[in-house]
Amino acid sequence: MLNTSTKTPTGGFSFENTRRNAVLEANLLEKGYSAPNARKTGTTIAGLIFKDGVILGADTRATDDMVVADKNCMKIHYIAPKIYCCGAGVAADAEVTTQMMSSNVELHSLSTGRPPLVAMVTRQLKQMLFRYQGHIGSSLIVGGVDVNGAQLYSVYPHGSYDKLPFLTMGSGAASAISVFEDRYKPNMEVEEAKQLVRDAITAGIFCDLGSGSNVDLCVITEKTVDYLRGYDQPVQKGLREGTYRYKPGTTAVLTKTVTPLTLDVVDESVQVMDTE
Amino acid sequence: MNTRGLRSQLKDSVPVTGLCPQAGPYGVQDSLRRGFSSVKNELLPSHPLELSEKNFQLNQDKMNFNTLRNIQGLHAPLKLQMEYRAARQIQRLPFLPSSNLALDTLRGADDTIGFEDILNDPIQSEMMGDPHIMTEYKLGVL
Repeated sequence: MLNTSTKTPTGGFSFENTRRNAVLEANLLEKGYSAPNARKTGTTIAGLIFKDGVILGADTRATDDMVVADKNCMKIHYIAPKIYCCGAGVAADAEVTTQMMSSNVELHSLSTGRPPLVAMVTRQLKQMLFRYQGHIGSSLIVGGVDVNGAQLYSVYPHGSYDKLPFLTMGSGAASAISVFEDRYKPNMEVEEAKQLVRDAITAGIFCDLGSGSNVDLCVITEKTVDYLRGYDQPVQKGLREGTYRYKPGTTAVLTKTVTPLTLDVVDESVQVMDTE
Repeated sequence: MNTRGLRSQLKDSVPVTGLCPQAGPYGVQDSLRRGFSSVKNELLPSHPLELSEKNFQLNQDKMNFNTLRNIQGLHAPLKLQMEYRAARQIQRLPFLPSSNLALDTLRGADDTIGFEDILNDPIQSEMMGDPHIMTEYKLGVL
């Protein structure tokens, strides 16, 4: 199909359909229906700085309004070998944002010839999110170890950020931060810190409807990165107590008629598939 | 939402020709090529981000050139803008997608990835402009 405009096409966001969508939504609203919503991750994500590095934790539930869309999604995304990012908010926005960040960080560190800094990731994220004025609905916790030590930042959808020793974001943030406020101490050991993050995420899983399923942890130190998927599964599916199937013979058979169908082979043709 | 309001955005930036009435060669709405006109469609943007995204690159450049002028003097932005103009002229035929490699390198966009590289890549667009119309428009014959 040919386009009769004389403008050269550009990339990026296209606002062509916004008016049409607004009209469609208004029409649906008149009839009493509502337009579908973007799938959110309705999350609890948390981060903590301990003696040797950073621990990031997240739950694994993705919700579509009131229905669980994904019972085991990955919310801790890779950005650089020693930098990981947890994403909350609209699932697609968080996913695409972190993937773009990962590519940009790789290109930047190839260009400078140095390993990336966590502050650089945060700066690029906040500049991009501010440019889109909060329409990209992703809140992120960026944590990692670089030449300046272990750092933890949280970035909000409108572009503001915080640098703190412990952070939580998402719908279960209030439950998780209460656990942190109670038991956080600076310079904790790794096992104690892992237990604390696990407890905070579990508090979010139990007290918030938007979070659930398992706890994922990511322990980043200067030497190693441990991505512990499914570190804890506080919510197990219940076991059925007995079998509820009907025994064969429960329904009595009254009559039985057998009609054999005789089929003859009329025509046989072979079609060879192009498998190369 | 930007608290400076829509009017200041319209006033300070380079005029957005996409939103103005699509005047044809005689200064009136060209119904054959651009369809029916609607006051609402032409005066107001359909999305809060539409104007700011259209003008984003221009505003960035303006800001950077102003800073450069304040630091190094007038010659610096003049020389750079001359290079930009030269690079902007390196294009394929009007209806074919151009890579704009020289322009991207000058801007520093050759080692960053943004939404303009991922979404709506013109190279992968399903629609193509009519070659005759686009060439005529480029040559000023239309």
